[in-house]
Amino acid sequence: MSHIKLELKPEQVAKIKEICKSFNNDPGELINVLHKTQETFGYLPAEVQEVVAVELNISVAKVYGVVTFYSFFTMIPKGKHPISICTGTACYVRGAEKVLDEFKRILNVKVGETTPDGKFSLNCLRCVGACGLAPVVLIGEKVYGRVSPDGVKNIIKEYEE
Amino acid sequence: METVKLTIDNKQVEVPKGTTIYKAARKLGIDIPVLCYMELHDLGVENKPAGCRICVVEVEGRRNLAPSCATECAEGMVVKTHTTRVINARRTVMELILSDHPKDCLTCPKSGRCDLQDMAVKLGIREIPGQEYAEMSTYKKDFSPSIIRDVDKCIMCRRCETMCNEVQTVGALSAVNRGFMAVVAPAFEQDLEKSPCTYCGQCVAVCPTGALTEVDHTTKAIRAIADPTKTVLVQTAPAVRAALGEEFGMKPGTLVTGKMVAALRQIGFDYVFDTDFAADLTIMEEGTELLDRLTRFLSGDKNVKLPILTSCCPGWVNFFEHNFTDMLEVPSSAKSPQQMFGAIAKSYFAEKLGKKREDLVVVSVMPCLAKKYECQRDEFKVDGNPDVDFSISTRELAHLIKEFNINFEELPDEDFDRPLGESTGAAVIFGATGGVIEAAVRTAYEVYTGKPLPKIDFTELRGMEGIRSATIDFNGLPMNIGIAHGLGNARKLLEDVRSGKANYHAIEVMACPGGCIGGGGQPLHHGNSAIIKARMEAIYREDAGKPIRKSHENPYIVKLYEEFLGKPMSEKAHHLLHTHYFSKKKDIYIK
Repeated sequence: MSHIKLELKPEQVAKIKEICKSFNNDPGELINVLHKTQETFGYLPAEVQEVVAVELNISVAKVYGVVTFYSFFTMIPKGKHPISICTGTACYVRGAEKVLDEFKRILNVKVGETTPDGKFSLNCLRCVGACGLAPVVLIGEKVYGRVSPDGVKNIIKEYEE
Repeated sequence: METVKLTIDNKQVEVPKGTTIYKAARKLGIDIPVLCYMELHDLGVENKPAGCRICVVEVEGRRNLAPSCATECAEGMVVKTHTTRVINARRTVMELILSDHPKDCLTCPKSGRCDLQDMAVKLGIREIPGQEYAEMSTYKKDFSPSIIRDVDKCIMCRRCETMCNEVQTVGALSAVNRGFMAVVAPAFEQDLEKSPCTYCGQCVAVCPTGALTEVDHTTKAIRAIADPTKTVLVQTAPAVRAALGEEFGMKPGTLVTGKMVAALRQIGFDYVFDTDFAADLTIMEEGTELLDRLTRFLSGDKNVKLPILTSCCPGWVNFFEHNFTDMLEVPSSAKSPQQMFGAIAKSYFAEKLGKKREDLVVVSVMPCLAKKYECQRDEFKVDGNPDVDFSISTRELAHLIKEFNINFEELPDEDFDRPLGESTGAAVIFGATGGVIEAAVRTAYEVYTGKPLPKIDFTELRGMEGIRSATIDFNGLPMNIGIAHGLGNARKLLEDVRSGKANYHAIEVMACPGGCIGGGGQPLHHGNSAIIKARMEAIYREDAGKPIRKSHENPYIVKLYEEFLGKPMSEKAHHLLHTHYFSKKKDIYIK
């Protein structure tokens, strides 16, 4: 697993410690601690996991094991513009996979990854409740409906400064 | 005690409440096959993630099949262990496990000793349907100095994880990822070298497949033997002789010292020496250091730290270099017997032969995988030339003997070469937990009191209990001694020392349960502690049969000091036989 090496600032370390403390530094609360930490940092880089391990007095290997088991946890920071493609039933039958493939091709990333410039991250989700607009793509808070593979290029263009 | 009665395969059995179906069946002589399950009774450790599902049985009135390793018996239960439904399920489970398992059995280092292979044989697997749907993981192989991880062969039994975390408290390994990609690995899937791994090898000792194996040193050793410009010396650790026979079908606890020497000579080693000689030397140095520290401590010297910790065990050394970095001054500075042997062989003995150290190759036979790492440490090299070139495990030696067409059982007993092959009973017991400290006491007592020991055997220091302590009367001075084996126990003991709760003068620590006899390089004991006990008895039997049983009475040790070293802890002895320790704590985040 490659990751961007980062150095935590003292206040960031203090924040993680505070989260651990709010769960009484109980190793049994690992998942809750990770939830809260990811909520704060947006993702769970190795350095953050190391602090959590020391604070809860468990091995880093154990923390990493939990982070890699649950798909909710991520070690990759979200891009400036997080792209989510709905692959729920309605969107799927209306060609969401082809749309997804086009995003993958243009951005040259896989699902769950972020472009090297940190601009876009690509993820899938199941149903945003706008099945009438299938297939649906979300970028940040903005919803794009009836997206066709051909239209993907123009959508991305909107975010190129 | 509350008990329950149940029927298994039409046989009645009564067991204590809480007993699993698997154990109840064993009581009836019914061996339900298990794969992920592992029980180390004497360590109080049981690995039963109920993950593999090989051990399923049919329980009357229950809809699903039950994993017998993790299902408790209930009153009136009716269990069947070999119905058609059970047999079919077991085969399907096995086929699924095999579907994403590499099929390179012929060249796998675990071939012939693989629990997965054995299970495929037992269940009569003839084809693996559904392979085309399985996704093979493609992890990179991890080559550390001691252990090779090839986790595509991991079947997620998690035995290694239990050893690494519960028994040893090392915390290097954990289950990571999920689905076809699920394996046991260090944090962030980094190499073992970057993890807190101590190379104790207990994970290798319990791994059912080829996912965890040892680094091969035999090929290099054979090449050295074949090289006419090299003089090749071999040294054998005390625990090897008490277990090697098992690889040739002999009863656990059979002593094969003489046959082992004969075999090594037949393999072609120029000199067959004994690590036990260096163990006697260790006692001279470590024992002197102990008395020196003790005397200064008793006279009020504030710079002296007690207890003194033994430092023979390289897994233990790695452990405190990772976890007790604030206590690096506490362990004895004495090198391990393996390294003392190498240092003396390539100085004193090289001089005797009139050869340069580069022309000598020292091979060690060890019950241990951490020894492979230890002999490569930079501080044990002179201008890049290591004191000990290669370290092969007991299992590797057995393999060599077979490959060299030697009929081990028929071999006559032969004796070690001199001078580095002479040893005492004190050296032999290094192989069992409590042995090093007993050997040290035998010598330290006589040196300190100036009187001969009233009795040589200190049975109060022996046994299998994880943490033991005893007080030995040194002619009015009570010597408090602590012993721990297994790194989890060592951690407990050391934390008590650090917090001031425990008060000892000397502590012996061995990384592996049982000491070296239970080492990560020994014939696999599959969790059967009766085997470890049999090896332990063999070690004490060898000691009892030795004409000399105190290290300071070894005539060749006396001669070594007279001719070469001067006296224990002399400048030359310091230079050759002592070392220092490094912090391996990663500077990730300082608490």
